[in-house]
Amino acid sequence: MKHLEIRGLFSSYGSTRVLRDVSLDADKGEVVSLIGPSGSGKSTLLRVLIGLTPPTAGEVTIAGEKVDYRNRRSVKAVRDRMSIVFQQYNLFQNMTVLRNVTVAPIKIKKRPRAEAEKNAMSLLKRVGMAEKKDAYPDELSGGQQQRVAIARALATNPDILLLDEVTSALDPERVNEVLDTIRALTSEGITMLIASHEMAFVREVSTRIAMMDEGRIVECGSPSRVFDSPTKERTRDFVSKILKH
Amino acid sequence: MDYTFQFSVVFRELPYLLGGALVTLQIAFITFWCGAFIGVFGAVAKVYGGRISRRVASSYVTLFTNTPALVQIYLLYYALPDAGILLGSMTAVLIGLTLNAGAYLTEILRAGVISVRRSEIDAATALGMSLMQIVVNVMLPHIARTIYAPLSNFFIWLVLGSSMAAIFGVEELTGRAINISTANLRTIETFLVVAVIYVVLTVLASASLALVGRVAFRVRARVF
Amino acid sequence: MLEQIAEQVPLFFGYYNVVFILQAAGRTLGMTFVGCSVGFVFGFLIAVLRQSSLPILFLPRLLGIAYVETFRRIPFLVILYIVLFVIEPLMPGTSLFGIATVSVCLLSTAFLSEIIRSGLESVPLPQIEGAKALNMTGLQSLFMVILPQSWKVILPPAAAFVVMFIKDTSLASQLGVIEMTFAGEMLVNRGFSPVLGFGAVLVCYFAMSWPLSRLAIRLEKRLEAS
Repeated sequence: MKHLEIRGLFSSYGSTRVLRDVSLDADKGEVVSLIGPSGSGKSTLLRVLIGLTPPTAGEVTIAGEKVDYRNRRSVKAVRDRMSIVFQQYNLFQNMTVLRNVTVAPIKIKKRPRAEAEKNAMSLLKRVGMAEKKDAYPDELSGGQQQRVAIARALATNPDILLLDEVTSALDPERVNEVLDTIRALTSEGITMLIASHEMAFVREVSTRIAMMDEGRIVECGSPSRVFDSPTKERTRDFVSKILKH
Repeated sequence: MDYTFQFSVVFRELPYLLGGALVTLQIAFITFWCGAFIGVFGAVAKVYGGRISRRVASSYVTLFTNTPALVQIYLLYYALPDAGILLGSMTAVLIGLTLNAGAYLTEILRAGVISVRRSEIDAATALGMSLMQIVVNVMLPHIARTIYAPLSNFFIWLVLGSSMAAIFGVEELTGRAINISTANLRTIETFLVVAVIYVVLTVLASASLALVGRVAFRVRARVF
Repeated sequence: MLEQIAEQVPLFFGYYNVVFILQAAGRTLGMTFVGCSVGFVFGFLIAVLRQSSLPILFLPRLLGIAYVETFRRIPFLVILYIVLFVIEPLMPGTSLFGIATVSVCLLSTAFLSEIIRSGLESVPLPQIEGAKALNMTGLQSLFMVILPQSWKVILPPAAAFVVMFIKDTSLASQLGVIEMTFAGEMLVNRGFSPVLGFGAVLVCYFAMSWPLSRLAIRLEKRLEAS
């Protein structure tokens, strides 16, 4: 049984179809990366999965359980085991770093404060942000905020982690600190879906690559297959343009 | 409590009330434009003026925005005769509300003037525009877009605020309501009808102001 | 004219007059602060109602919108008259002060609700999506994320609104509430010069409203900087 199964997913924004018949699956612990030009539907796919954008058709199954995105309880159950890291970090501006990481475990998962804080501190240590635990988001650089956002996403012990272009808003010199943090996570058995423009990075960490264009998955396969011998014209085009940089 | 509402006696007076609504709009219109005239000078004095004119302008604004228009008009109406100046009730109301409007409009216009970004003026200068061209093409459109919504809101505020003219016996909408209700003794009905007229009047005013704003200044003003 | 005023000054500022004016000032502030506090609570409820998207709340939401949009378009003077003539027969014996305060509540609910709503709407959508993705409920995200970030957008205009109402309560003098303006009228009727009577009232209003509007401006500047 696949850990995550997406079948024939559609989503529309107004009259434009943002996702058209997307099917994709992932085994437990697999790292699947979504590549493709801006506006190809990578972010929308991730937003649909965590219930921020409603799908218009299709089926999503997680660990054998079908998700009903119109049902609050079902969406709640999905978010219980799935976390997302946004492009713009989305850290709560009114909370310290530590509070950002502990708010969901304490308030949503009702864990004891001491335990949640201990866990949060070990996560912050892992992303190299422990000494900033009392800082507010606006006192941190983009890269630092994004590392805190990763810690926050991990604090609820998700078994699926969505990363939505997490380095796109960062200064170039800050990109690597975030990529290093993610690289360290890929061997932990968490199923990961990564939307990214960092080709060298996704090639290195992914088990599979899905190329998206105009709301469809054009091609899906191992990194070496998609990058070195793409079968579709569109993929070849995209990869060659990107790799020229 | 068995009170039976009787609106018919009020509806009979509808033309009279609507005539009052027209007077209300006239007061709002006159005080708005006269106030805007003062406001332009006030804003320019506050932004570009020397030390003294800046002082005078801000004292004027502080004084008039921190005291009730009603008391200001009382002073004009009851105190000036002691100095030998007799004002009619309508004149006193118009002068009082105008001075008040001038103070608020100074602040609104000032916000518009300082909203013009230095960088845009620099860019226009670099393109070789003359001062006049800069004012017409860069500054005014910008100012218009910034102040249009607050100006529209202020006009509505004046329509509602002009009701205090009734206290001095001016026969605008509220004044006529008082006249009718003292005659027919149907006070609640009369004032409910008048309230509806005010709502309709201001909705129409906001809607047409929003329309004008959208067409003339590309402002996306909200009616509600 | 000036001689006459100068003659009256010692009498005007006698003990009883000063106490009379201070009591009136107390009523002005009382109407304003009680009215605006109640208005803040109800305005907050309506603003939150308008933010929610629950289908069951559709009708209350509609009523909330209708209330706000109507009461923001009726002059305070007209509201005062309506409240007076509705409450008097229903609850005879209600004080005029009470009636005026109820009127302030009705109007301030509508205006403060708009101020609070634009404050709530000023919180960027990503903050709310972040809260959703962490499984926060609507109320949790309201109290833990949205409100703590929106109070700085709400407070300055709310303070400016209270300043406006200190002045607008002068209209309650028409009902016969002995607040500042009516106190001035009474003193003038007792034979004091209008310059003295209304001038003193004007100064008192200024003394009440100016510090508060300074505070509102300072608040706005400070919060803008942070």
